[in-house]
Parts: sequence; C-alpha cells; structure tokens
Amino acid sequence: MQKQAIFQSKLLPYVLVAPQLAVVLIFFYWPALQAVIQSFLLQDAFGLSSNFVWFDNYIELFKDPAYFASIIRTFFFSFAIAVSSLSFALLLAVMADKPLRGSTLYRTLLIWPYAVAPPVVGVLWIFMLHPSLGVLARYLRGAGIDWNPLLNGDQAAALIILAAAWKQISYNFLFFLAGLQAIPKSVFEAAAIDGARPMRRFWTVTFPLLSPTIFFLLVVNIVYAFFDTFGIIDTMTRGGPGTSTVTLVYKVYSDGLLGGNLGSSAAQSVILMVMVIVLTGIQFRFVERKVTY
Amino acid sequence: MVEEEGFRRYVAHIILWIGIAIVAFPVYIAIVASTQDNALIANGQMSLLPGGHFFEVYYQTIFVGTSGSTREPVYNMMLNSLVMALLIAVGKIAISIISAYGIVYFRFPFRMPIFWIIFITLMLPVEVRIYPTYKIVADLHMLDSYAGLALPLIASATATLLFRQFFMTVPDELLEASRIDGAGPLRFFWDTLLPLSRTNMAALFVILFILGWNQYLWPLLITTRDDMQTIQVGIRKMITTTDALTEWPVVMATAVLAMLPPVFVVVAMQKLFVRGLVETEK
Repeated sequence: MQKQAIFQSKLLPYVLVAPQLAVVLIFFYWPALQAVIQSFLLQDAFGLSSNFVWFDNYIELFKDPAYFASIIRTFFFSFAIAVSSLSFALLLAVMADKPLRGSTLYRTLLIWPYAVAPPVVGVLWIFMLHPSLGVLARYLRGAGIDWNPLLNGDQAAALIILAAAWKQISYNFLFFLAGLQAIPKSVFEAAAIDGARPMRRFWTVTFPLLSPTIFFLLVVNIVYAFFDTFGIIDTMTRGGPGTSTVTLVYKVYSDGLLGGNLGSSAAQSVILMVMVIVLTGIQFRFVERKVTY
Repeated sequence: MVEEEGFRRYVAHIILWIGIAIVAFPVYIAIVASTQDNALIANGQMSLLPGGHFFEVYYQTIFVGTSGSTREPVYNMMLNSLVMALLIAVGKIAISIISAYGIVYFRFPFRMPIFWIIFITLMLPVEVRIYPTYKIVADLHMLDSYAGLALPLIASATATLLFRQFFMTVPDELLEASRIDGAGPLRFFWDTLLPLSRTNMAALFVILFILGWNQYLWPLLITTRDDMQTIQVGIRKMITTTDALTEWPVVMATAVLAMLPPVFVVVAMQKLFVRGLVETEK
C-alpha cells in the first residue's frame, strides 16, 4: 500500500506531521504513560508524597468486592443496553427497508437522537420518571408499582439502561439499514420463490447475511455502554442509590476525584485501557475483513 | 421485488410510527415542560399539553439563567460549546489532513513509526486517561481555556486514517499532471488534493462537530469557572440542588436548546452525516 508517485522533500513531510505528532504525544501518550506509572504508586490524598508499591494497587483492587461488583454491573449494563437497543433497531430497520411510501421521512425521524448528548438524555429521562413529578412515574404508580429510582437500586439501573438504549437506537438503526440495503434483493426473491414465508426469510437469509453488521454493532455498543453512559449516569443517579449504578468508568471518576485515591483510580484506568484495546482488536480482526457496505 | 401484501405494509407503517413515537416522546415532554409553570410541575401536576409560559421561560433561560447553583445565562454556555465544537472539528481536520498528506505523498525516515504512533491512538478514548490528561493540562496552565477544552480531544487519529485511505484512492496521474504543470508539493495539495477532499471534510465536520458539542466528562473536569462551562455541564449543575429548588421549566428549555444545534446539523446534512458516520467507524 504505497503510492508510486511521490514528492521528494527532506524537511516538508516532517513539518506536515509535526502538529499531529505534537498533540498526540503531549495529550495522548504522555497521559497514558502517566496513568501506567501512577498505577504503581501509592500517593497521599494531597499529592505530597508517593511511594512505588509495584502491583499493590491492582491487588487491592481485585480483593475489593466493590470493584468486582462494578465489573459485573458494567458487563450487565452493556449486555442489556446492546441487546435491547439492537433488537429494537433491527426491527425498525427491517421495516424501513421495505419499499414503503415515506421511507426517507421515516429515516429522518429516526436518526436524530444520535445527536442528543448523553447528559441531556439523562435529564430527559430522569424528568419523565422522577418519582414525585415525572409524567411516566404517575402511570407506573397508577399501575400499582412502587416506583422510586432514587431509593431503589434495581429501578435506578433499569432507568440507566432504558435511557442509554434509547439514545443508541438511531445509531444501530442506521447501520442496520445500510447493512440491509447492501444485501442484493435477488437473494430474497430466490428464497420467496422457494416458498419461504417472511419470518423464515428473515431468520434463514437476512439474519445470517447481516451477522457481520450485528457483530460490529455489538462491539461498538459495548464500548458505548462502557464510556458514553458516563454523562447519563452522572445526570440521572450519580452512581446511586448506594453504588447500584456505578460502572467502571464512573468508578475511575468517583474514586479519583471524589475519593482522592489516585493510585487505585489509575490502576482502574489501566485495566480499562487493556479492555478497550482488546475490544478494538477484536473489532479490527473480525470486522474489517468481513463488513462491506 | 418480493411480494408485499397490503396488510404487511400497514404493519410496517404502524411499527415505524411506534418507533418514532418512542424516540420522540421524551423530547415532546421536554418541550411541553419548558412552556409550563414551575409550581405546577413541582406538584406533579404537569399537563401533557403546552402551557403559556414559552416566551417567559426561554427569555429567562437564555439571558438570565437559573437562580440555583449555576447562575450563568444559557447563551453563554452555548457560545462556549460552539467554540469548543468548532475548534475540535476544524482543528482535527486541519492537523489530520496535513499529516495524512505527509505520510502518503512523501518517503522519509521514520515514516512508518510515525504512522504507527498515530494509528495506535485510535484505541483509547479520553475517558480512560482522564486524570493524567487533566494534570498535564493543568501544568500547562490551560484549565478554563478553549485550548484546554479542545486539544486533548483532538489527539486521536480517526480523521488521519480516513484521509490516508482517501488519498490512496486518488490516481497517481493527477500528481504527475500537476508536476508537469510545474506545481510543487504545496501547490498540488492546495489546488488539487484539497478540492477533491471537500466532501470527506464536510462529512467529517458534521460528525466531529456533534462529537465536540456533546462532550461532557472532559469539560466537567477542566472548567472551574462558571463563565467557561459548556451547556452539557451547565445543565447537570442546574439539577444538583435539592429537588424542590430545581427550576424544571428552565432545565427543560436548556435541554431543548442543547439539542437544537446537533439535531439540526444531523437532519440538514443527513447524507453527509451518514457517510461520515459509516466512514469514521470503519
């Protein structure tokens, strides 16, 4: 993968890459390295002194039931968000892929939540489901449910998952639609001629052909649930009640900023880094080869 | 085309409208709430139809702000968000396109190591290196500044890879032709490559603008002064006070205002947006 026609210049290429390199080295590599170093240090809360403690921060972390609970919670949230959002988006995309009048309008009306910021999503949903003034909470109480996400941890978790999945529908919808439109229509016609009914056509033809898109979206959704839900959690529950909505990223933030435990926070960052690298690796290895739009 | 009986078509229409209703409902509620009386909402008596306080609430939101923990008028927050989003979008495109040009159109020592150094940055979002990045920005005295808001978010390589991929598809003949015309590297970049990249730049701009406008954790950490806070940070501060004091109509009006620019960009530039999205994610 190299250009045949190129320019000869000794200095110019360095000048061209210099700004990017400078930004990346100062604001990416230097802090990433700092996070790794910090994770081996034990520092007092005022940052006055620090000792090199090898893997103590990590060992401490893995002995901590709260951290373990937060890992489980994050994976559960990711799974719940991805599955609910993906299945609903797939249903909508399959419908929008049909030759319907007004399909462009449908698409426009479905994609804009992508542009809504996570904290705004949080504000919208907490307002609707606020125990004392929420419009939807009124109906839930009317249905006999003792709804109070400010006190009930399970309800708070459900609220986060609902809001986070809502925001992600549009994104998944777009990619599913693109994936569906890339499948040649003749495949469906052949299946129809063979006598396959629509539901059967979906499970035997569409679904397998869409599997690279599904896998790609699964990875993207997990990364989204890990990181982009921070704004939603912070506006809706601030990790509470108790620690029932503290995800891994929220824990990095709260342990570091609120708890002043920088060593532990850094160790958590490093573990997160490794997780993201693995996820990105999977994405590249499996998806780059298969997904073609 | 596969047969589609009338009945199934109706079902599809109905499912799509249900989907749209689910997607639109929270925003409808926000708009309705932003036109109503605060006391009514605080009592849990909110109506599902718009109230009569539209001008009053939006005037207060935009020019005065809440009387709670953040007293900043929302127009100032929006201005901060706008500057930040533009800096991120324009800055990232600018440094990315020239570095991609350097890597694709020149052979020089350390070309591949430099490429890999840039490539690896794809992997980590700013969230995982948040404290050390904060410390560096603080050491550089860039807290509460637009540079501090934008630079760490510019430091990733998605755009560079995109431009690199695009440049690889530009036919070599173009370069040879402009060389015959006596053009040097800078002239070729400016007169030939840049005009060809216009659509890519526009698509990328749409995505990056939204990304920048919607940033939350980073501005939350590095802005301490109220007059530097972005709208995403401001809106959360509005609901930090105890519930009784939260001015919900103002909060909802702020939410509506915070949504307007990015949603407008997505709807208006739908084609470019979809294109940019699909390309960046790959």
